[in-house]
Amino acid sequence: MSGAETVIEVRDLRMQFGRHVVHDGLDLDVRRGEILGVVGGSGTGKSVLLRAIAGLERPAAGRITLLGTDVLAGDEAAREALSHRIGVMFQDGALFSSLTVVENVEVPLRSVAGLSAETRHGLARFRIALSGLPWNAGDKYPAELSGGMRKRAGLARALAHDPEIVFLDEPTAGLDPIGAAAFDALIRDLSHSLGLTVFLVTHDLDTLYAACDRVAVLAEKRVLAAGTLDDMLEVDHPWVQEYFRGPRARAARKEDAPRTGMR
Amino acid sequence: MSKAQAAGRIETGAGEQSLSLSGEVGLADLPEIESRLSGWHARAPAEIDLSGAGRIDTSVAWALLSTADRMEDGGGQLAIVGANDSVARILETVRQAMPVPATEAPGRRGFAAWLERVGREVVDTAQAAAAFTGVLGLFVARLARCVIRPRELRLTALVHHCQDAGVRAVPIVALMAFLIGIVLAFQGAAQLRPFGAEVFVVELISISILRELGILLTAIIVAGRTASSYTAAIGSMKMRQEIDAMRTLGIDPGQALIVPRILALVLMLPILGLVANLAGLFGGGLMAWLELGISPAMFVTRLAEGTDVSNLTVGMIKAPVFAVLIGVIGCEAGLRVGDTAESLGRMTSAAVVAAIFAVIVADALFSIFFEQVGM
Ligand SMILES: Nc1ncnc2c1ncn2[C@@H]1O[C@H](COP(=O)(O)OP(=O)(O)OP(=O)(O)O)[C@@H](O)[C@H]1O
Ligand SMILES: [Mg+2]
Repeated sequence: MSGAETVIEVRDLRMQFGRHVVHDGLDLDVRRGEILGVVGGSGTGKSVLLRAIAGLERPAAGRITLLGTDVLAGDEAAREALSHRIGVMFQDGALFSSLTVVENVEVPLRSVAGLSAETRHGLARFRIALSGLPWNAGDKYPAELSGGMRKRAGLARALAHDPEIVFLDEPTAGLDPIGAAAFDALIRDLSHSLGLTVFLVTHDLDTLYAACDRVAVLAEKRVLAAGTLDDMLEVDHPWVQEYFRGPRARAARKEDAPRTGMR
Repeated sequence: MSKAQAAGRIETGAGEQSLSLSGEVGLADLPEIESRLSGWHARAPAEIDLSGAGRIDTSVAWALLSTADRMEDGGGQLAIVGANDSVARILETVRQAMPVPATEAPGRRGFAAWLERVGREVVDTAQAAAAFTGVLGLFVARLARCVIRPRELRLTALVHHCQDAGVRAVPIVALMAFLIGIVLAFQGAAQLRPFGAEVFVVELISISILRELGILLTAIIVAGRTASSYTAAIGSMKMRQEIDAMRTLGIDPGQALIVPRILALVLMLPILGLVANLAGLFGGGLMAWLELGISPAMFVTRLAEGTDVSNLTVGMIKAPVFAVLIGVIGCEAGLRVGDTAESLGRMTSAAVVAAIFAVIVADALFSIFFEQVGM
């Protein structure tokens, strides 16, 4: 996988809100087809980094290249074209509250020229099923769904137009363990069979062990370490040590060991 | 490699119903594929050849498999052949996720549906009325508790709401009443002059402002300003489950949110009404002086002689009632907000309409009442 093309390249990124500096001199590379897990303590700027790469937040300095396009330099049209090639699932779903779930998922499909309404509807139904929601959830409004169901609907919408990269912000937070495991499996499946690149922000160690190919640790305003999970055990930093050697990490690692061996 | 250039090739194969896909086939090719597949029927054999396809995405896989399903339902068959490993894996992933439509009970139609709708409307209205009474009762009960144990009264909140709903409303209320006074004097003078009865313009102004317009228009302005802000404030707390959080922390929402708000209105609306009365009389007097030459001294004299104090009493009696109506409607609408921002907006505007309507209806009832008791 090391020969694969780099689809996200962040160089020397500096993000700040007023005088509060969130990132400073942050570098990150994501390769095509991999699932990158982004971890870090609460408030270390994982969501902010995701928003910056997806073009939703403007950095104070630095360069972000996404699928070969400079996110910051490109004009409106280039950014618009880019938005059809990525999908974002927000931390709390961010579904349009005035649309049903099916209509929400249809939104990104509306930009495909020549797609009939019937096909669009059928495809949206399929996305909803793919993300693990029952049929009748499609006709409901977001307010009528549980938190976990909203997450799945958010994933269905993020994947609706078969993007090349998806950004997922804590997709398994608030899901039951069985649901979370199914979610992990789904993401791994899609990534491996479609070559989908996944930028996955998570606190969930099980997800990290079950789904991610590589991990990037955010701390001290930058990417402190990036590499495979085994690499993380070698990193000499107290937070990283505690995170990956803590009791929860040990449990997740043990549980996942046979599966990792099979891959 | 990008999506825009990913268009694969779609060619008709050897047979009547056969298609061959090659290259990287994706969502952008779907309209084309759909239009080719739409005419296919189950009677003849059909085949899709994927041997040239390096990659397909899930949209295409879904389209192929749903066509296959459709043909199987019709008793035919669609063979999908030549898929390489990665394409086969996608087809398999998609096959497992194909949605199964749920069979739902059909909804009612025609007369039954209409009847159901009417029934629901009636029940909703009755429930809204019950909820109004509920909040009113809650307010009275908590107020009584505050009388027994004054320490439970949230004094800071009360003062804050008095400032917000009362003091801040003084400029707009005074300006409005001043202008109304001017209009009354001007119109009254024009009507009374032909009869040489200009001096009665003082009674016209004073009685209509003290008895009706001062307090009614003040209440309407306060309904627009304060009912909406009460609904928005309580509603947004309800939306974010803050009210539930209060309950679990042992704070009584009635005591903390409702009593200070409604009580502030009950205290401030009469004062605002007085301000409006003064401003209205001032505006009317000014216009009478400029337009009819009735000097301020004469205006005051006629005012004292010709206008019974009962007019002021009648106006002021209404004030606390209007205040309770506005406050209860505003708070109750806030408590009915659901968990979406939309319902917050809907309830806010509904609260304003309901509060203004209630004030006008109550004013009409008061007119009848005072007429009957002869005030
Ligand atoms: N719009 C904003 N204005 C000001 N500060 C912000 C804004 N958005 C984020 N921040 C700050 O940036 C920092 C990083 O926030 P971010 O939401 O990225 O954290 P996170 O790593 O995603 O945390 P969590 O794991 O809790 O989701 C925080 O200190 C936050 O206060
Ligand atoms: Mg976050």
